[in-house]
Amino acid sequence: MADSGWLSEIPQLSRGELRDIRKFLDTGYREFSREYGEMIEGFFDPLLSFLVWFEKLLLATPWWLIIAIVAGLAYLSSRSWKLSLGVVISFFLIGYFGMWDDTMRTMSIILVCTLMAIALGVPIGIAMARSDRVQSVVTPLLDIMQTMPAFVYLIPVVMLLGIGKIPGVLAVVIYAIPPVIRLTNLGIRLVDKDVLEAATAYGASSVQRLMGVQLPLAMPTIMAGINQTIMMALSMVVIASMIGVKGLGQPVLKSITNQYFTLGLLNGLAIVALAIIFDRVSQAYAKRSQRYLEGMDNG
Amino acid sequence: MAEAKMNTEQTALIKIEGLYKLFGNNPKKFMPLVHAGKSKDEILAETGHTLGLKDINLTINKGEIFVIMGLSGSGKSTLIRHFNRLIDPTEGVIEVEGTDVMKLPQKELEQFRRHKMSMVFQRFGLLPHKSVIDNVAYGLAIQGVSKSESGAKAKEWLKAVGLAGYEDQYPAQLSGGQQQRVGLARALCTDAEILLMDEAFSALDPLIRSEMQDQLIELQEQLHKTIIFITHDLDEALRIGDRIAILKDGEMVQQGEPEDILLHPADDYVEAFVRDVNRARALTVETVMKDPICRITASTIEDALKQMRGFKEDYGYYVNDEGYQGVVTEKKLQAAYDKDRQAALTAEHCEALDAISQDAVLETVIPDTLNSEYSLPVVDDEGEMTGQLSRSTLAEVLGNEEPRSR
Repeated sequence: MADSGWLSEIPQLSRGELRDIRKFLDTGYREFSREYGEMIEGFFDPLLSFLVWFEKLLLATPWWLIIAIVAGLAYLSSRSWKLSLGVVISFFLIGYFGMWDDTMRTMSIILVCTLMAIALGVPIGIAMARSDRVQSVVTPLLDIMQTMPAFVYLIPVVMLLGIGKIPGVLAVVIYAIPPVIRLTNLGIRLVDKDVLEAATAYGASSVQRLMGVQLPLAMPTIMAGINQTIMMALSMVVIASMIGVKGLGQPVLKSITNQYFTLGLLNGLAIVALAIIFDRVSQAYAKRSQRYLEGMDNG
Repeated sequence: MAEAKMNTEQTALIKIEGLYKLFGNNPKKFMPLVHAGKSKDEILAETGHTLGLKDINLTINKGEIFVIMGLSGSGKSTLIRHFNRLIDPTEGVIEVEGTDVMKLPQKELEQFRRHKMSMVFQRFGLLPHKSVIDNVAYGLAIQGVSKSESGAKAKEWLKAVGLAGYEDQYPAQLSGGQQQRVGLARALCTDAEILLMDEAFSALDPLIRSEMQDQLIELQEQLHKTIIFITHDLDEALRIGDRIAILKDGEMVQQGEPEDILLHPADDYVEAFVRDVNRARALTVETVMKDPICRITASTIEDALKQMRGFKEDYGYYVNDEGYQGVVTEKKLQAAYDKDRQAALTAEHCEALDAISQDAVLETVIPDTLNSEYSLPVVDDEGEMTGQLSRSTLAEVLGNEEPRSR
């Protein structure tokens, strides 16, 4: 009877074995982080100083200048007075309700994270589009990054780098980068084969094809990816605040633990306002840069 | 045609020898099957590989319009993509001006594509995000030509294809015909010697298509490019081609001048094609006329009468040093003979009968031929008589029956 026990119960490691494995991995990683932690931290130092500098810059700039700059950017990218006016009003309200400094901190980290995600994600997406092998390796990684609970990969990151801005940025980038990679890949793969063939027939090198045909034609899709990346980065603000990233996430965290409903709501609304502004501005920019698509229907 | 004859004396520009293309994962491995003469279907069933092209041999001369035609799936689009190596062959040699295109490394291949060949596509292949002028200048931009220079040139070519004023539009704003004009201008803008046209006019409606054909022929008269033109439409092939090659299931079935194909189809497949062609429009007088037997060259009435007695007909065409003069009937000669047999034969003894040009399309001479009681004399550009065309010949050629073989 004992022999057929595996039929009714799944074969299992004994507790001792499991503990040994855990111990082995944990001590191994702990030793690794003790050994290399400082070196890796040193590697991220330039990024950290940039983050600190950028945050200070935003905080030191007078409020009316920030509003003017953001509203100006919104107008430049969308040519819409309504959107610019919305920006002015929401920023003014954010300041009026005492959330200005936190908003600036969140904005600085989100901007840096988004830029990093684009700088890393677009080239990775291009590599994926060019090689089926790269695609088959990267796709499952992206699946893991998107589904693995953020806390799980926060543990090793915090063990390695401690609490602070850098682990926060890493967590946000890991969580937010998949859409821009996926959609860059998709966009390039969807480029009309006829157009690409025409470029090849005229002697375009692979760089000329990429810069002159594939990227411009994939741009609407890539912009959709960037847009998603920004949204996901913003949604990570609260989790990032758990490992010491200052900004709008911290008051939200505080209001969860202390049941401050209004505080949570106001800060949450501020995050929403930021998200909407980023979204509308980036979408309007994407649309305006794709003017050739107009009249596509009546052609 | 005279033009075509001239071309055969010209130098070969492109040579394709023993070209095979087998599509699939491991084409090299299954090439022996192809060489063993297995059919396309057998190979597909046995190996899962598709035979695209089989033993293609071609020579294309400088300055001619070479048409490759076949139905869809015959491998014609595959073949044209071998000329600039958009597709690599499984086996075979492609030579352009003595250069083996197969041996070119990537960088040189790019240079070759930039300067030697340009291509026009069935679905236009325009860059949707660039304006019309930038599309036309694309080939030059790829070569690294400065924006001002390429822009000026592009503007010229845009004008040449009749699209001046459309510079700043985007392709999506143009009609199909206009888009293909942009495609043509883009191809001409690089000054490449060889023009590859892959079903360039097939996506256009019939009216626009014949307009574009006229435009191509017109441009070719000035430019003398070497054009390789793919089509599935025999009427189109006959209209613009100096020589035509017909593909079937990846094999070359027949190759020759349009008249050859029309009058001597190599097999049932070609014949089926040819049957639907409007021959009256496709053939010229020269290709169907009979030798000028009833030619009277004598200088006196007596000799002329003697000459005419040798003919089947009771009339002849009086020809002297200045060429064709008119038609003389036996009756009239006999009358003159009775009067003075030694008198010189002159144009006065002739009836006026307008000759037809040997380059005329049959369609245009049908009324004259039918209305005349004599066979019509055919003359060349200098007025020299080169043949004669009778009602019965015309009926035979234009009738549905295959003229020679039955």
